[in-house]
Amino acid sequence: MSLRDPRGDGVFSATFKYWSVAPAVLVLAALTVLPALALLRMSVSTITFSEGHEHWALTPARNFAALFTDPGLAATVVNTLLFVIVAVAIEMVVGLALALLVGGLARGKGLMRTLLIVPILVPPVAIGNMFKLMYNYDFGLFNQILGALGLPAVSWLGSTSLALWSIVLVDVWHWVPFVFLILFAAVEALPIDVMEAAHVDGANRWQMLRRIKLPLLMPAIVVALVFRAILAFKAFDEVYLLTGGGPGTSSELVSLHLYRVFFEQNQLGYGALLSVLTIVVVLSMLAAGRRVVVGAGAA
Amino acid sequence: MTALTRIASLRRFTPATRARMLGIALFALAIIVVVGPFVWVLANSFKSPIAILTGAWSFTPTLDNYVDVLSSKRSDFVHALMTSLVVATTSTAIVVAIATLAAYSLHRFAWARWAVRALLVWTIAFHVIPIITMVGPWYVAFRDLGLYDTRTALVLTHVVINLPVALWLMMSFFRSVPPEIEEAAMVDGCHSLAAFWYVVLPLVVPGLIATGVLAFIFSWNEFTIALNLTSQANATVPVVVSKFANDYEVQYGPMAAASILATLPALMLMFFGQRFVVQGLTLGAVK
Repeated sequence: MSLRDPRGDGVFSATFKYWSVAPAVLVLAALTVLPALALLRMSVSTITFSEGHEHWALTPARNFAALFTDPGLAATVVNTLLFVIVAVAIEMVVGLALALLVGGLARGKGLMRTLLIVPILVPPVAIGNMFKLMYNYDFGLFNQILGALGLPAVSWLGSTSLALWSIVLVDVWHWVPFVFLILFAAVEALPIDVMEAAHVDGANRWQMLRRIKLPLLMPAIVVALVFRAILAFKAFDEVYLLTGGGPGTSSELVSLHLYRVFFEQNQLGYGALLSVLTIVVVLSMLAAGRRVVVGAGAA
Repeated sequence: MTALTRIASLRRFTPATRARMLGIALFALAIIVVVGPFVWVLANSFKSPIAILTGAWSFTPTLDNYVDVLSSKRSDFVHALMTSLVVATTSTAIVVAIATLAAYSLHRFAWARWAVRALLVWTIAFHVIPIITMVGPWYVAFRDLGLYDTRTALVLTHVVINLPVALWLMMSFFRSVPPEIEEAAMVDGCHSLAAFWYVVLPLVVPGLIATGVLAFIFSWNEFTIALNLTSQANATVPVVVSKFANDYEVQYGPMAAASILATLPALMLMFFGQRFVVQGLTLGAVK
């Protein structure tokens, strides 16, 4: 509801509607719209620095050709797909299970939620370091546990077949709380009368879950799924710290690959092209996700 | 009695007892999985290099690692701490101010639907794309402007990455203010600016705190931008902490100590502003 004709005393107040949005719009224009346009221009250019000056040359063909000669690109695409699918699937299942279990607790819900939120707030860099220590071959916690069980030590980050999955585990630790938080809010909002009616009608626990709770939770589940699947593309800090994409390219993910191209290989033009493609993929997923969310009955 | 029969024998407990046992089991699991890693790393941060490398479970605690991180000549940690504090505080103040003003205007005044929609779509698009895609053009622009490796560059970029969430959060907090309160204020002769400042703003103080706490934490934790837009002079805490893991000769003790120190502000805010953080994260995640 809006007040269409606010009583204006003085110019400052009469133009309040406009100047109040101005700073935010200016910041967005200067730091997102202009850079987005610059990114488009960069994606068809080659930029070099010499003696403190930049030189721009228009080289669209060369940038596109680089797509096919980039040695790490294919691995990056495959790794990212595997990473997003597996990590998000685990996060959804564990997050949903936790939300349902914690939602069923008689006491201590608040404490559980507090505890489970901690990983979202810890600096990802610290998470990376912590897991790097725990994954350490010689003294890490994981190999100590394996040793105590009489099992051989594992090279968590140093083996090409395991590095990506070690990253997945860190991502799961970091982001299950996010899924839990969304789904727990939805579980808490489940209509009590419907639950009681089903209970009175003799529904058992499995039927309650399968026929009542899951359908009612579906909009929230879809929202969590869409967001996690999109935000998984952002994973950078932990990969950078734990494996740097290695060994070889076995754990190279899209954000890390972009970083390498931009700042290790200094290919600003080709990096921009890859960035544009990444943005197109992410925004397509967002648009598709929105349709699913609307279809599932959420706002 | 084998483990299996013991589990099967859970059936002889009443449902209430079973529910309580499930609760206790959940707590135990959550504590082991969430708190366990911190405790293990905390323990290592008090170990000597030999105790770390041998994986000793009993050891004589030492403060050497913390002393090394905080006061050795090689360490930039204290300098980074100051940079992070300045950047996080400044960018939080700015983003809360501009997001609050914009959110109020969008909420209160009759804006064209397309304008509000365009703003929301643009902010959500910016929020979901990997930030490294923007760091390339920012790098070029800040170099041109002479802002590469300055705190200004960090403040500006941290303001803009926190703007979407801050805007959505403040809009949802303004929506929860009953319009009658403002109408009453205006009937009583308040102009719109005064109604905003004296009547509405005090009602959304919890929202301001939630938004501020989250913006501060996200700025404090931010790594991708700080890594690429600064060099040593303006490195933030995450950049310095990352160096411990990537140096050729990894110093495990200082690495553990630095990670623990970097985590403290977030945990402290979590402790004191828990209610606001939960509210902010839930709203921000769902809306």
